[in-house]
Amino acid sequence: MIETALTGLWYGFGVAFEPQNLMWCFVGVLVGNMVGVLPGMGPLATISILLPLTFGMKPVGAILMLAGVMYGAQYGGAICSILLNLPCHPPHAVTCLDGFPMTKQGRGGVALSLTVFSSFVGASWGITEMIFLSPILVKVALEFGPAEICSLMALGLLAGSTLARGSPVKGVCMTIVGLLLGSVGSDLETGQQRFTFGLAELDDGVELIALALGLFGIAEFMTSINQTASINTQYAKVRLRDMRPTRADVKRSIFPAIRGTLVGSLCSLIPGTGPTIASFVAYATEKKVSKTPDKFGTGMIEGVVCPETATHSSVQGDFIPTMSLGIPGDAVMALLLGALIIQGIVPGPQLISQHPDIFWGLVASFWIGNILLVLLNVPLIGIWVKMLAIPYKYLYPSALFFVCIGVYAANNDFFQVGEVIVIGIFGYVLLRLGFHPAPILLGFVLGPRFEENFRRAMLISRGDLATFIERPISAVFVGLCVILIAVQIYVRLRGAKSDVYLAPEKALQPGAEQRAGVPAAAPLSADATRVIPH
Amino acid sequence: MKHSLLYKRDFYAGGLMILFGLFAALNGPKYTMGTLMHMGPGFLPTTLGVILVLLGLVIAGSALATKPGEDEEGILPEHPQWFGWACILAGPLAFIVFGKIGGMIPGTFACVFVSALGDRESTWRSAAILGAVVTVFGVALFHYLLKIPMPLLRWDFL
Repeated sequence: MIETALTGLWYGFGVAFEPQNLMWCFVGVLVGNMVGVLPGMGPLATISILLPLTFGMKPVGAILMLAGVMYGAQYGGAICSILLNLPCHPPHAVTCLDGFPMTKQGRGGVALSLTVFSSFVGASWGITEMIFLSPILVKVALEFGPAEICSLMALGLLAGSTLARGSPVKGVCMTIVGLLLGSVGSDLETGQQRFTFGLAELDDGVELIALALGLFGIAEFMTSINQTASINTQYAKVRLRDMRPTRADVKRSIFPAIRGTLVGSLCSLIPGTGPTIASFVAYATEKKVSKTPDKFGTGMIEGVVCPETATHSSVQGDFIPTMSLGIPGDAVMALLLGALIIQGIVPGPQLISQHPDIFWGLVASFWIGNILLVLLNVPLIGIWVKMLAIPYKYLYPSALFFVCIGVYAANNDFFQVGEVIVIGIFGYVLLRLGFHPAPILLGFVLGPRFEENFRRAMLISRGDLATFIERPISAVFVGLCVILIAVQIYVRLRGAKSDVYLAPEKALQPGAEQRAGVPAAAPLSADATRVIPH
Repeated sequence: MKHSLLYKRDFYAGGLMILFGLFAALNGPKYTMGTLMHMGPGFLPTTLGVILVLLGLVIAGSALATKPGEDEEGILPEHPQWFGWACILAGPLAFIVFGKIGGMIPGTFACVFVSALGDRESTWRSAAILGAVVTVFGVALFHYLLKIPMPLLRWDFL
């Protein structure tokens, strides 16, 4: 088992070190790091903009680059949180609590350097997990018939929509809207046109890129326009010299980093609990473990290191179900899966054996990418800090142009640009009504495969729905679905909130006081955590 | 009670979902439904539509359960940015219109210029400068480097 994994990894490094792939990996993490730093740009929008540009590339290079954007953005987001107190990327919201006080004490550089290194630790663990867990998962999953695949997808969708932020019922609604949007276009089996309103352009369905950019680009710009208070950059001066931690700092960070890694990898194993929840849980854990919990919020290095490690370990871990089962845990993973589908690659358990270059190349590139990020973040910190000061009024019009040209390039057709406008309005309305649109993307990407497998399962069982509970593996998944729903209802009826939901609020309480001290950033920070999807 | 219902955000949220669900559930049966064993293309959309209506009812119902004064965050934000929103939506529209009749250069400039006007602090001049900069950069990147098949400039609409 271990031997095959290591052979695969060796092969993967061969793929990832091909000059072209190395270049794309570098481009990916660089762009990712950049947008992570920029307040108001998320990895989702960036990946969607870059997606059409990868059509002409080989699948390996394309996926290496897009994945690089994703984890590169995690490094950048921490800079934003620590130096500016702007939680513009939800996984890093808790990092503000102790990161910004450290910056005010003039120890921002130390916080940054320790974040970079602990992130590397977390990511490495996540990658290791992926190397050894994925082949095992695949072995099990290859035995799955349509009924098992179907109930597993149902579980993934349910977990993705109820465990993420916001009201679970609304989350499920969003998933169903996504599934319905996924059914637009020609039916896979009969070729019948569904919900096309007689428009020939909709025959192939709604464009994935248009959907993602409408929901996470335009809708987000509409939320943020004229809402940004002037950014407080007075503390954001970090030189390379300031980044050297003392021995005591390093010593204090070792155990939090290990704890963060554990929390993150546990969270990544539960579908639907992505990096955001991992970081909140990690902060709460660290506070509980600490001998001086009352000091949290005043610039404790533990409060920075632990959630950051958890975020990175969970980001890498999220790739496990996506790559080995073809079930994405959150919207970014759904988008990456969509990128694979566009390249003509069928995601699922057969991916590792059919396209070993993609899987192992990706795994190897994670390591290369993370090392590149460490190298990028330490000496280039001055440039990143300067980028923080780019005002939003220059940012969003340029981003809008990228949205337009990106969507146009997907099909060389202006129709999809119109689609983006309509979806953008729709997305903004949903945001205002308290929906989080991320599960739409999950449902949309999984929808066609869900329907296909559902039909096949019904055909095999001669129309007997009991097949889902008669087959043991499927029954386990269905049982987990039922438990998930039951727990949600129980929690709701009791009026109490479960630990996972409580953790963020607990953790954010000191943040309220903290932010009050920085009035300029306060309105945005409250808004940004709510609005910008992960 | 009835009056305060109109201020509940969830009331509208549920209503919107019911609307979507009804649309899917009523249009789904127009495609072939089939049987459970041989499902037609209309089966899944209809089922999903019905579920969505039910969930919409739950959301709207929970709005009834909250007391007046709770969850009354309006649908519009505190300071509606009608002009900003219009500019953001007009940007891509300008890209379509000018891109179609004029090509990439006018399309890009119009898109950035129009959307930049939406910011409170921007002026005609700053928007035009930003538009010009992004156009130069965009043409270099997308036309020359990435070779997106879109004419730079065209006159044939005249």
